[in-house]
Amino acid sequence: MRHDAPTDPRGGGGATAGVAIDDIVELRERGWWQILLANQAFWVTVALIAICAVMSYIAPTAFATTENLYNITRNFAFVGIMALGMTVVIITGGIDLSVGSIMGVVAIVAGLILQAGYSWWMAMLAGLATGIVAGAVNGWLVAYVKLSPFVVTLGMLSIARSLAIVLSQNKMIYEFGPDAEIVFAIGGGAILGIANPVWMMLILTAVFALILNLTTWGRHIYAIGGNEQAARLTGVPVDRVKLQAYIVCAFMAALSSVMIIGWQGSAINALGQGYELRVIASTVIGGANLMGGEGGAFGALIGAALIEVIRNSLLMAGVDANWQGAFVGIFIILAVLLEKLRGRRRD
Amino acid sequence: MRLALLQLEGIAKRFGAIEALRGVSLDIQAGEVIGLMGDNGAGKSTLVKIIAGNFPASDGTIRIDGTAQHFHKPIDARAAGVEIVYQDLALCDNLTAAANVFLGRELRRRVGPFKILDARAMYERAGALFKELKSETRPRDMVRRMSGGQRQAVAIARTRLSEAKIVLMDEPTAAISVRQVAEVLELIRRMKSHNTAVILISHRMPDVFAVCDRIVVLRRGAKVADKSIAASSPEEVTGLITGAIHAA
Repeated sequence: MRHDAPTDPRGGGGATAGVAIDDIVELRERGWWQILLANQAFWVTVALIAICAVMSYIAPTAFATTENLYNITRNFAFVGIMALGMTVVIITGGIDLSVGSIMGVVAIVAGLILQAGYSWWMAMLAGLATGIVAGAVNGWLVAYVKLSPFVVTLGMLSIARSLAIVLSQNKMIYEFGPDAEIVFAIGGGAILGIANPVWMMLILTAVFALILNLTTWGRHIYAIGGNEQAARLTGVPVDRVKLQAYIVCAFMAALSSVMIIGWQGSAINALGQGYELRVIASTVIGGANLMGGEGGAFGALIGAALIEVIRNSLLMAGVDANWQGAFVGIFIILAVLLEKLRGRRRD
Repeated sequence: MRLALLQLEGIAKRFGAIEALRGVSLDIQAGEVIGLMGDNGAGKSTLVKIIAGNFPASDGTIRIDGTAQHFHKPIDARAAGVEIVYQDLALCDNLTAAANVFLGRELRRRVGPFKILDARAMYERAGALFKELKSETRPRDMVRRMSGGQRQAVAIARTRLSEAKIVLMDEPTAAISVRQVAEVLELIRRMKSHNTAVILISHRMPDVFAVCDRIVVLRRGAKVADKSIAASSPEEVTGLITGAIHAA
């Protein structure tokens, strides 16, 4: 094409060039297979399958049991749900450090309302509303006051945790009132042998994948992360979309929180402590770029799954569970390193 | 005389004590290509940003088709038919060429109760625009992997999308290959043939003399020349820019 294209624009060759350009329109730079190979979530999935295969071989009676798989999936569902929201914020080039604390304050709000004897749905709505308010404060300060997301959400991490402690008067809430059974059934129950939070995570992953890939809002999330100034100049409502991203992220933390209190049967103000790191780790391992512009819903799920499977495997291998933090840390650094190497090849 | 498409009257801009523009007046007809020249700091970019709605003028009025305009944001200017190709092109590297062309005005289709992106229509329309530009830019390619000329084509395709009345181009030929310069100039002629007015900011004298009808020279925030290309010469323009020739 490059060589046989006629250089005289007025010559009879114009038609030839037109045909060639038509062909180009349909061309992709890389085939689907190459896109897959360049996708971090794909490689994490491969790693996950490999670890599961090895564990099934080493400990067939412990790892690959229905019960263990049920536990593993339920354990990472809570982090997975939060990681979906975090992915949205990270794609815009932001970060939300407050999700663990929001989880804590949401649990206490919902718990107190249940304890006071109100119905399950009022407690859950109040919990979710608390999350939305916290996210709106984060989002407003980041998008409109233009403060750094790191600082704003670090502040919220402290504020929300403190509120949880104050509201709970530093007591555990385990008396869930007349609707206790319903709350336990929602968060701790299962449908068709799969825990409810897992269903919720799977459905939300599909929803987030659709939103990020098929809607204008999703496209704008990526655009803001790619080049915020360009997005602004071309008329993308940057501030509004960023505000919404932080609300979505906090909402996911709240959703995870109202589910987890049903499973645990209690609400404690320390709920979610340290979760921010696991959630951010999940998204980064799943291929989200902390510089913004890259990431996906499936990556969030698969990143959360990998962390939990590694933790589970270590336990089975008889390794002290306290090593988990070290392994998660190593995986975060490896994920970022991988991203850097890919970036270098790209340039 | 025909009513001008774009009329600027006594446009002034002060940034604190600095007078970036001191009352610039300018009329542009539909289908006219104006070369806006001047040294760095002469006020070209400021003037273009005022027309594009990036910031308001301190003084003076802008009229489009005879109606006074008050732009507060670029989107206001866009609604009035003014499009700008930014020098840094304002592209998102992580999106495809088509996604960049349609950024901020995505095509959507209805699926049940939802409105989703109409990727196919955007690829096709972007492909048609690139074809019109005779650019080998593939709508599905990531902008990250594109050459300077292809990136330029993406930014220019954007302005074609809305059939803008006035297109402002900030140094479009500064960082691209010779072949692509020819393509961009050809595009400017195409826009002219569609009766679009183009304001071309450029330091490249040959480009200006190749495509422009009229040349406007700014020096220290004031207009020092506004004349037909045929009545001027690169030597005269150089003199006007540097101040060797006082005014023409």
